[in-house]
Amino acid sequence: MQHLVPRRPGGGLARGIPAVLSVASTFVIWEIYVRLSGISPLVLPAPSRVLEQMVLNSALLWDNTLPTVKATLAGFALSLTIAFALSIALDFMPRIRRALFPIFVVSQTLPLVAIAPLVVLWFGFELTPKILLVALVTFFPMLVALVDGYESTDEEIQALLRSMGASRATVFRAARLPSAMPYFFAGLRISVTYAVVAAIFAEYVGARAGLGIVILNAKNSFRPDLVLAAVVISSALTLFLFAMTALLQKLVLGWRDAGGGQ
Amino acid sequence: MSVLSMQQVGITLGGRSVLDDISLHIEQGEFVSILGPSGAGKSTIFRLLTGALRHDRGTITCDGLPLDQSPHGFAFMPQRDALMPWRRILDNVTLGLEVRGMPRKVARAQVLPLLAEFGLSGFERHYPAQLSGGMRQRAALLRTIVQARPVQLLDEPFGALDALTRTQMQTWFEARWQAARWTTLLVTHDVREAVALSDRIYVLSPRPARVIAEIQVPDARPRLGRPASADAHALEAHLLDILLNRTGDQS
Repeated sequence: MQHLVPRRPGGGLARGIPAVLSVASTFVIWEIYVRLSGISPLVLPAPSRVLEQMVLNSALLWDNTLPTVKATLAGFALSLTIAFALSIALDFMPRIRRALFPIFVVSQTLPLVAIAPLVVLWFGFELTPKILLVALVTFFPMLVALVDGYESTDEEIQALLRSMGASRATVFRAARLPSAMPYFFAGLRISVTYAVVAAIFAEYVGARAGLGIVILNAKNSFRPDLVLAAVVISSALTLFLFAMTALLQKLVLGWRDAGGGQ
Repeated sequence: MSVLSMQQVGITLGGRSVLDDISLHIEQGEFVSILGPSGAGKSTIFRLLTGALRHDRGTITCDGLPLDQSPHGFAFMPQRDALMPWRRILDNVTLGLEVRGMPRKVARAQVLPLLAEFGLSGFERHYPAQLSGGMRQRAALLRTIVQARPVQLLDEPFGALDALTRTQMQTWFEARWQAARWTTLLVTHDVREAVALSDRIYVLSPRPARVIAEIQVPDARPRLGRPASADAHALEAHLLDILLNRTGDQS
């Protein structure tokens, strides 16, 4: 059966067909349902109407997408930096790890609905609270993945390095860090899907501009079509970030694709 | 002066005596095997020599100096190849040189001419997962040899290979060893392998381990790739008898 599935050139595209078909048919069924049932666009707008609104309000949407992108990227950059720095500190100091890890776990139990307004209250309506909230939501999966990844390092490889006279730092750089990379990318893929949503939620709670504000205003003026237009953009942003991580993974973990056989 | 000498070395781990009384020595260019039942503490000897553990009793000297004053006497080859899957073969082989601070470029240039001799030319850009078990083992051995340490420590280097590949590797290894005469300490529980490769064999008792026999192997080399001599057969039978009857191995 193996030969029926083309694996190399063209395989990626061919494998994408079922996904495209299922998404497209969802929209087609939705469109048909709205037209046949005559349901009010104030309750459920058709996909064509959402698309139309995106074109009509393109200036408004564009102006409000930029702040969201800014908050997402800055927050994610901060989160990535914190996750890496913390993971290294925790790896070198197991005592600190036992002391601090519970705090990180607790940080993930805080309901965002409660914490977000407080962060806005403390840090104002500008970019800072959004960056902090994006970082709060996204750093944990990456931190856990990195810490677990370091632990997964083959003991024999580490013993070999020590027999060569390697220091603790060299063992980390040469063995533990590369061993953690597959884990890290698993965490990164989870984190990145939270990032845009977290930024929008932070804006929703209090901001001057952003997709969250578009959604808030559209909801208040009974415009589900405009809400969905903003949702389309938000999804597109997340998909784009997800694709970027996949690309980065291919670059960093190229050795895994080399695989068995020649 | 012996390259390596252990005198009445003992170690207790977690309240249990693992090594009771180990005395052995290796001369320059000699091939010595440590033969013992599974779990006898053979690998513990290597962990002492590579600095992963410290002995409680006795003395270990390398080139006449105590172990802690000559920390770089040994190049270690672990049981499984321990190649890093994310490094290409060439960069795996240069690992020991890089750890010592040699620039990667210099290390590569030093290693490249040796690849052919180890049957790895054309594979320097491959990742370990793309190589056969035998090739991986040869890469791991080359990684050990290029460190140019006084003694090579080989921990059951052919144990994980299938029978056919193991025989090929042993024959290849014997030829390489005859040409280079690396001072080698081999740990194994394979009697035939010990007899085929060694100048001398130390036999260990089960835990707590002590040396219960030291045996010379006088056979002329090369010994592999042709039928084993009657002397070798007799020696194998003798060693098996010691292992089975005098060590009381329960496994």
